[in-house]
Amino acid sequence: MSRAEAPGAPARRGPGPLWSVGLLRSELVTTLRRWRTLALLAVLAAVPVLVGIAVRIETRGGPGADGGGGEGPAFMAQITNNGLFLVFTALAATLPFFLPMAVGVVAGDSIAGEAGAGTLRYLLVAPAGRTRLLLVKYATVLAFCLLATLVVAVSALAVGALLFPLGDLTTISGTSITFAEGLGRALLIALVVAASLVGVAALGLFVSTLTNSGIAAMATTVGLLITVQILDQIPQLHAVRPYLFPHYWLSFADLVRDPVYWDDLVRNLGLQALYAAVFGSAAWARFTTKDISV
Amino acid sequence: MAPYESDDAMGAARDEDLPTGRRKAARYVVPVAVVGVAAATIGLVPALADSGDPDLPKITAQQLVDRIAKSDVQRFSGTVKVSTDLGLPNLGGLANGLASGAAGGGDGSSADPRSKLTELVSGTHTLRVAADGPDRQKLSLLESGSEYSLIHDGRDVWGYDSKSNEVHHSTTAGSRGQHRAERPPATPEDFAAEALKAVDDTTSVTVDGTAQVAGRDAYKLLIKPRQSGTTVGAVSIAVDARTGMPLKFTLTPRSGGAAVLDAGFTQVSFARPAASTFDFTPPEGAKVTEEKGHGRAPEHAPEGGGDLADGLGGATVLGEGWTSIARFDTGGRGGAPSGDRGGALGGFLDSLGDQVSGKFGKGTVFSTRLVNALITDDGKVYAGAVTKDALVKAANAGK
Repeated sequence: MSRAEAPGAPARRGPGPLWSVGLLRSELVTTLRRWRTLALLAVLAAVPVLVGIAVRIETRGGPGADGGGGEGPAFMAQITNNGLFLVFTALAATLPFFLPMAVGVVAGDSIAGEAGAGTLRYLLVAPAGRTRLLLVKYATVLAFCLLATLVVAVSALAVGALLFPLGDLTTISGTSITFAEGLGRALLIALVVAASLVGVAALGLFVSTLTNSGIAAMATTVGLLITVQILDQIPQLHAVRPYLFPHYWLSFADLVRDPVYWDDLVRNLGLQALYAAVFGSAAWARFTTKDISV
Repeated sequence: MAPYESDDAMGAARDEDLPTGRRKAARYVVPVAVVGVAAATIGLVPALADSGDPDLPKITAQQLVDRIAKSDVQRFSGTVKVSTDLGLPNLGGLANGLASGAAGGGDGSSADPRSKLTELVSGTHTLRVAADGPDRQKLSLLESGSEYSLIHDGRDVWGYDSKSNEVHHSTTAGSRGQHRAERPPATPEDFAAEALKAVDDTTSVTVDGTAQVAGRDAYKLLIKPRQSGTTVGAVSIAVDARTGMPLKFTLTPRSGGAAVLDAGFTQVSFARPAASTFDFTPPEGAKVTEEKGHGRAPEHAPEGGGDLADGLGGATVLGEGWTSIARFDTGGRGGAPSGDRGGALGGFLDSLGDQVSGKFGKGTVFSTRLVNALITDDGKVYAGAVTKDALVKAANAGK
């Protein structure tokens, strides 16, 4: 499956950085060519379309009609007046489940899928070294995190521009910022949302090194995600909740405050880095000692 | 899928330096070590960052109270964390609904300051405050994914609820300080002002060392009621040593346990806030509610802490100092709807309160960790930060 052949591969020991780039590129192409990946991205792109059309139909009476009275995902009430808010709403709607699920599928499949198909051994024939291969796999999953988030954001921006007016926007703190600055914040939010998925990606990669069945790894990762999401809703667990990876996910909304409220954003990024370090190193410990030839 | 019977391929598939046995297990030390380091960091950093109480010149309690009174901080901005634990049953939305219902003057707009800020009565909230002189202030209540802002700019007072995209607009009659009456107390400064009002000969006031609050050196002022019969244990106010502005307010009940009210700056700056902070134009499409008439009496519900009797219009205040009790007549006889009259709701309310009787007749006492209220069967309400016995005594005396 994975096409590990790359220009300049023949060097038996110590392949150069160029070789890694080649491996990463071939991994990316393989991942993105899968129908499964394309279907996931299509579903993600459809979410803002659905939200946009629903809001449009709901408020046909013209702006000023009640935008749902504050129900539903964040920023819902502001969409009718500024299409840019559809980007924020779409990310708020997809971040709790759709996005991490897509990442879980790709991450869970990354090692276990190759092992199940019997192609992992061929990848390891090339003198990449297991650590390097694992890093390339993780980089591929991270690239998918960013791509998936951008797909949602760009789709939402396009739908927002088509269905609703664009212009200067009012932050949730009540101050006004220019459209260009709003666009900048939207990009920043997309980056933060992508970074929020780093922890799930590492978790999925670790699960993926545990089994030889791609399906089992995907199901486990998505199952863990749902379990942790439910645990994060139980008030009695307040001592543990701040350390669950989805706990600060929706803090990206703090970027629409003026001035930006950084406390929770920083906590979120720190938590994601911690999960990436713990599960990344666990995946490394497992993968570099695993008997692949079975 | 792919055939791989070749021994050659299998040999090559094994990595050059595939470790075995003990070395295998040793690699798992890395993730465990990462977890350990993270746990240690989370546990130790706050302890290390606590550099101990600052050394400040000695000061008497009277000097400190004077310093608060003289404090004239016109420009500041910061983040305030407010935690309230009245020990109320957790009724969630129901409690909020009751509270805003009790607030009366609300006009149904979710951006109405009176209905909105009653949410502060329970739980932990993060607020942002900014001020630039007496005419420009802003108070924002940060919620998950939304924000409620109260902006005072000149003659205009705007309330903006980003969740429902509703705006509430009123104008002050031009008199300064009007705005302050429009909103319930929320900052440490507000609470401290209320507490210092109650300082008289029934109170002991001492300086209780120093502390660091929001990165600033502060004196701690300890206010303790001397009277028995009150549920207030102590009030501790951290006062900024340089400006005299109260930075943290903690009210502990006499029954012990966690603070009933804890409001403190987590970050504060005394620089002039950006002018754009106070600019507000209702966003396009927002539902704007104009307040008709101005100068209405502030009839909001009593907030947790502070001087309870203060917020109640038309109430008679019995006693003085910390044991003062507010008495008001609900008009109609019947008092609290109890089991036989109020149906299911009455039974529910009865289960929350305790039945008491005395010379005044019969009634029900509803208690929290700070405020107790007695509702008699003939429709009189006695409430205050006092014990149940004190309420019954007051009701008997009032008979």
